[in-house]
Amino acid sequence: MDVLMLSRLQFAAATFFHFLFVPLTLGLSILIAVMETIYVRTGDQDYLRAAKFWGKIFLVNFAVGVVTGITLEFQFGTNWSRYSRYVGDIFGSILAIEATLAFFLESTFLAVWAFGWKRLSPKAHAACIWLVALASNLSAVWILIANAWMQHPVGYVIRGGRAELANFFAVITQPFAWQIFFHTISGAYILAGFVVMGISAYHLLRRQNIQFFTKSFRMGLALALIFSFAEIIQGHIHAGEVAKIQPTKLAAMEALWDTQTHAPQTLFLIPDEKNERNLMEIGRIPGILSLLAYHDFNAEVKGLKAFPPDERPPVTLTFMAFRVMVVLGFLFALLTFIGLFKRNKLVDSPLYLKVMLWSIPLPYIALQAGWIVTEVGRQPWIVYGVMKTKEAVSPLAASQVAISLGAFIAVYTVLGIIAFYLVRKFAIQGPEPLPAPIRKGEV
Amino acid sequence: MEAMLGTIWFLLWGVLWAVYFMLDGSDLGLGTVMPAVAKSEEDRKLVYRAMSPFWDGNEVWLITAGGVTFAAFPGTYAVLFSGLYTPLMLILFALILRGVTFAFRGKVDDPRWRNIWDLFLVLGSFLPALLLGVAFANLFKGLPIDGEGIYQGTLFTLLNPYGIAGGLLFVAIFAMHGSLWLTTKTEGELQERGGAWAKKIWPLVLVLAVIFLLASQRLTNLYDNYLARPVLFLIPATAVLALLATRIFMAMSAWWPAWGASALTIVSTTLFGVIGLYPNLIPSSLDPDFSMTVANSSSSPLTLKIMLAVALTFVPIVIAYQIWVHFLFKDRLTDDEVAYEERHY
Repeated sequence: MDVLMLSRLQFAAATFFHFLFVPLTLGLSILIAVMETIYVRTGDQDYLRAAKFWGKIFLVNFAVGVVTGITLEFQFGTNWSRYSRYVGDIFGSILAIEATLAFFLESTFLAVWAFGWKRLSPKAHAACIWLVALASNLSAVWILIANAWMQHPVGYVIRGGRAELANFFAVITQPFAWQIFFHTISGAYILAGFVVMGISAYHLLRRQNIQFFTKSFRMGLALALIFSFAEIIQGHIHAGEVAKIQPTKLAAMEALWDTQTHAPQTLFLIPDEKNERNLMEIGRIPGILSLLAYHDFNAEVKGLKAFPPDERPPVTLTFMAFRVMVVLGFLFALLTFIGLFKRNKLVDSPLYLKVMLWSIPLPYIALQAGWIVTEVGRQPWIVYGVMKTKEAVSPLAASQVAISLGAFIAVYTVLGIIAFYLVRKFAIQGPEPLPAPIRKGEV
Repeated sequence: MEAMLGTIWFLLWGVLWAVYFMLDGSDLGLGTVMPAVAKSEEDRKLVYRAMSPFWDGNEVWLITAGGVTFAAFPGTYAVLFSGLYTPLMLILFALILRGVTFAFRGKVDDPRWRNIWDLFLVLGSFLPALLLGVAFANLFKGLPIDGEGIYQGTLFTLLNPYGIAGGLLFVAIFAMHGSLWLTTKTEGELQERGGAWAKKIWPLVLVLAVIFLLASQRLTNLYDNYLARPVLFLIPATAVLALLATRIFMAMSAWWPAWGASALTIVSTTLFGVIGLYPNLIPSSLDPDFSMTVANSSSSPLTLKIMLAVALTFVPIVIAYQIWVHFLFKDRLTDDEVAYEERHY
């Protein structure tokens, strides 16, 4: 394999692994903040225990998220130096702003939260986890603005052989960036909700800490329910934007080869990229793709053949990943909608609880599939329409990258196993049996 | 103003690295000397707890220093990070393992489990200290980069005597700095051992610093800027005086002032090198025309202005709340307190 492919695999592996841990922290930080706030307001000890119980799971995820995040920042320079040089004026500044505004805040106050139970008033302590939640989500805003710029570059001029910032405001306010943000953050909240529901379901099935886990389950349900439905509506709008901004990605998502009006939606097919056609189309409904993308049955949708072969993304992977994401998205809405009716009789609904327990992996799959659509569907561009991925890679020896890729896979696999083991252990252990002994000045 | 922007960012870039070394130097150093200062499991818990509330916030200064290199000097970021690929990867893996150590070590009650993570703490602290020192010394000396900005060396090119001296100086100075950090956070025997180790390491720091400063005169162009403006000699003079002050405070068992003097040593040593580099960020050892400089590798004036506004607004806020955290956790640690926290985390 050449340096380009190895570097792509390394970036994919690093991002994939990073995003196994980050989404949970985005949503769970908010849930913990709400739990602790309810405790401060009402004095209900269950919510204090809940903040501490979910806090343990949060801290493991956060730690792995942080250390794997550094890798990503460094990798732009190590593996994509030509990209860094070409767009650093815009892209680099967004990353630097993210560090200054968000990373300091979340890292500093999470430590205060974890070690400050005795040192702060209950209100000040709760404020710390709110700051962590705010900062984590703020960091998602900036990193997704950066990603959106790669998907749809705006506010720049090409000058002196590189892209230079022309309008900072345009970069941070472009609607596509906020579409990507809402889509990703909703996915992260759904994931956090499902993890909380799944772990709670485990204990409810065993009739342990029923009151405690019913409260947690309902909070996870509320979060996941709201954002599952929001995600479907927003996802539809988002796809409409993709149709306009990244026509090659949309065509690959739907495996549409020929430009046509009344473009069909096909439930399932097998793309045959070599011969530019599809095999085994099942459930082909004419006009639906035109309708979904442009709100008009007659609208023309560009097919892949409208673009030179070297400007088309890999079709099969993009198509399949999109199908997986959409199907799971609807499933989340269905499962949380059922939850709405089960919420007052959870312990009497063992089947539903079992389904929710075994659903924990699903949002993880959906989120990774979503990133595959975003990133593979953008190929061959690293900055859509401006710079190709193959022009962006560092001048390295393949052996260097092969060794580091192997090391990443080995280290990350071990870390992943340990993190999973610890989260599982804490999840099964359940909350502290009794409220912590009250000492003077103690929360 | 526009001509000044690059210079302002060059200075901020140097200051960010200096602050990072000053803060995380405590953690990297204490991690390195842990096997020497901590004799029992109770000791080790205190050592970890002396760093736990701070290490992550400290490490963000590294992320910011990296981010600012990317944002303000993308050309330098591209050349430096791809050129030093292997040492950077080693630093990354070391920091990854050190970082998760803080989260994982206390979570399973088994001495073998803890031993593994203790090993990662030591390696994960020693290796970045060494490699950062090697990298910066080579930066001061110049890297073999060609006209395309492509690094024409290998990992072993960096392991020249001057680079190794820089690495050892970093390890020694951080080890002393970290030992002093421990003395500010503990009492009794552990504090005494920290102080004793700081005193033992100090002569080594002195010798390495003298070697490094003399070798810099022979092997680098760092002194050119100083000879052109002799007032700048105040910076290396500060480094030397601060190092002497560190030893005097140690003798007085004034641990906080000793740590402060050691911090000043680290900051002024870093600035000595960075200011000597100006206007280069990476001097090319092949041809001075190939060097990455403030002029040829910086971002556009607009980006530098926006970044400056962000930095001037938010960095003081960051400094304010990080200082607040240090006051919040200022008291010396006891076994009781650590045991209490363990029950909760």
